[in-house]
Amino acid sequence: MSLITPDFGLLFWMTLIFAVVFFILAKFGFPIITGMVEKRSDRIDESLRKAEEAEKALAEMDERRQQILSDAKAEQARILREASATSDSIVSKAQDKAKEEASKILEQARIEIAAEKESALRDIRRVVATLSVEVAEKVLRADLDEDEKQGAYLDRLIDEVQRSQDKS
Amino acid sequence: MKRLVGILVALLLPVFAWAQDLDMDEYLFGHVGDSYGWHVTTIKGEPVSIHLPVIVRSKTTGWHVFSSKYIEEGESYEGFVLNEGGKLVELQPDGTTLKPLDISITKNVLGLMVNSLILVLIVLLTARWYRKHDATKQAPRGFTGLMEMLIMMVEDDVIKECIGADYRRYSPYLLTAFFFIFVNNLMGIVPFFPGGANITGNIAITMTLALCTFIAVNVFGNKHYWKDILWPDVPTWLKVPLPLIPVIEIIGMFTKPFSLMVRLFANILAGHFMLLGVVAVIFLTAKMGIGLNAGLSVISVLFGVFMDILELLVAFIQAYVFTMLSSVFIGLSRQHSNS
Repeated sequence: MSLITPDFGLLFWMTLIFAVVFFILAKFGFPIITGMVEKRSDRIDESLRKAEEAEKALAEMDERRQQILSDAKAEQARILREASATSDSIVSKAQDKAKEEASKILEQARIEIAAEKESALRDIRRVVATLSVEVAEKVLRADLDEDEKQGAYLDRLIDEVQRSQDKS
Repeated sequence: MKRLVGILVALLLPVFAWAQDLDMDEYLFGHVGDSYGWHVTTIKGEPVSIHLPVIVRSKTTGWHVFSSKYIEEGESYEGFVLNEGGKLVELQPDGTTLKPLDISITKNVLGLMVNSLILVLIVLLTARWYRKHDATKQAPRGFTGLMEMLIMMVEDDVIKECIGADYRRYSPYLLTAFFFIFVNNLMGIVPFFPGGANITGNIAITMTLALCTFIAVNVFGNKHYWKDILWPDVPTWLKVPLPLIPVIEIIGMFTKPFSLMVRLFANILAGHFMLLGVVAVIFLTAKMGIGLNAGLSVISVLFGVFMDILELLVAFIQAYVFTMLSSVFIGLSRQHSNS
């Protein structure tokens, strides 16, 4: 059989066999395999994409956590600062108030003391005046019973007055 | 073919080789050509053959079906006899011969059937794994994994790459073509039955394959493809009044599949010839003295090993090239379909 002239019998069988093989493989063979492999590669792609997304989300979350943490720290510092400022102001206010109060009380006390002293002095003066008047009365009453003595006394008084006038 | 057996026999029993009187023509063409029976080997001078059914239809006497053993030795049976070319012809009463319609199950047809069966089994077994397993959850191992790798290599690197968007329609044909050629190429290298039939090195086989590609290209070609052939973008004087470029393009339509046909055929045939030639050296030098014969036998065995490995490579490359070029031609016929 010649090499380069296609033999009809072989052409016939080849066409038949290849058609059958093609039909079987195209129907039950290759599409199933390639389809499944494609599905798998799609799934792998999908999984990779999901993993990447998850990673991104995780990073985002981490960032947010970091953010929250630093925010909280700042807040804490602020609160502490405020608290200490508040406490300082409260203390100083209380001190001021106390000082004020104390000075008020002192002033009051001083005024009262002054008033008391005044009234006491007044009382003493009055008593002294009364007493001296009474004493003088009594002395005068006793001494002026005699004429001589009266005259002497009057002289002395006049001298005294004169002396006090000279002095001044 | 029987060359490996031949090599062993020749190495172990050079005397046996001396006894052989080699007819190179019959040896070479007997091996690469087709025949009505399948000569498997020869044991002690007795040929061991598989007799195949001869199916012929005579114009005068109708269908005849008989075993090839009746005509193998050149005798006539039911009015049919082998001519010098090894073809069956019908003897006429006036002494002339007539060619009958011959669809015998020849050696190549049987080889084709066996190889196709192997191919179908391999692919269906692979597909079975995918039916039984959830391929989205696990990847196949072992043979199925190898097949998946091969299939996806052709699918992704060749078909998808060359055809583009609507590769899905062509992928079953191109994958079938690839594995069909690959399996037949490999089986052609196997030296003993049921391998060894020179199937992809037969022009009828490659012609059918090329014809399939021709159909795939031209039947599904889009408007742009036909416009490029009949009214290409060239200066008008090249198209009218003498349609130079369209004529060239139309010739090109046929030369593309023709080149596919010849490339595969010639490559595989040449590989077979080379291997047979290398082995033949052992037998041809048998009469030239034991020293020369032994030395050349060693060389030819080493060279035969090299050639066998090269043929393994060629078996893959030719299947790959056929698929790739088919994809490229189909891709050209689908260009601009999406733009």
